[in-house]
Amino acid sequence: MFALAATAIVIAMALVLVRAVRGPTIYDRILAINVHGTQTVLLIAVFGFLSDRPDFLDLSLVYALINFIGTLAVLKLFKYGGFGGGGA
Amino acid sequence: MNLLIDIASWALLIAGSFMVIVGGIGIVRMPDFFTRLHPSGLIDTMGAALIVGGLMLQAGLTQTSIKLGLIIVFLLLTCPTATHAVAHAALARGLKPWTKAVKQEEDD
Repeated sequence: MFALAATAIVIAMALVLVRAVRGPTIYDRILAINVHGTQTVLLIAVFGFLSDRPDFLDLSLVYALINFIGTLAVLKLFKYGGFGGGGA
Repeated sequence: MNLLIDIASWALLIAGSFMVIVGGIGIVRMPDFFTRLHPSGLIDTMGAALIVGGLMLQAGLTQTSIKLGLIIVFLLLTCPTATHAVAHAALARGLKPWTKAVKQEEDD
């Protein structure tokens, strides 16, 4: 059953990557990569159960936080051309 | 009792997988950026919550279950915020929401 869930998530990740490559705007790509990160979190969690090593959940937890900060950082980089200044 | 919990957890995992697949198809097929926010929300909330819920039933009352709860809390806090930030940036940059009128302008 975990294998089925993992397969479904991998297929959906491939579909989302199609959108990230095709664009057309930068915002489509950022959104697609954000969703891709969420799916990665789920895949790591499911894979931990699949291989009977729930320690993988720690990686999943960290990825969930990094994904958020990464998305905001790329947005800010695109908007202001740098990570510093530019106001809130 | 174990069988009941297994069945419930399988049902949640299958429902979550379905949501994730539907969201993936939606992100590829929706016509413009603002409509694509909708399937992304489907994956971030329903798909994640159902799959993690199914895993929680498998884990039982253990430390693993607490970690899964933390994952779902973080996902529910961060994903809508990130989606809102992207949508706001796109709107502020002047991206036009998709309507039939916009589509006709593109065709002309």
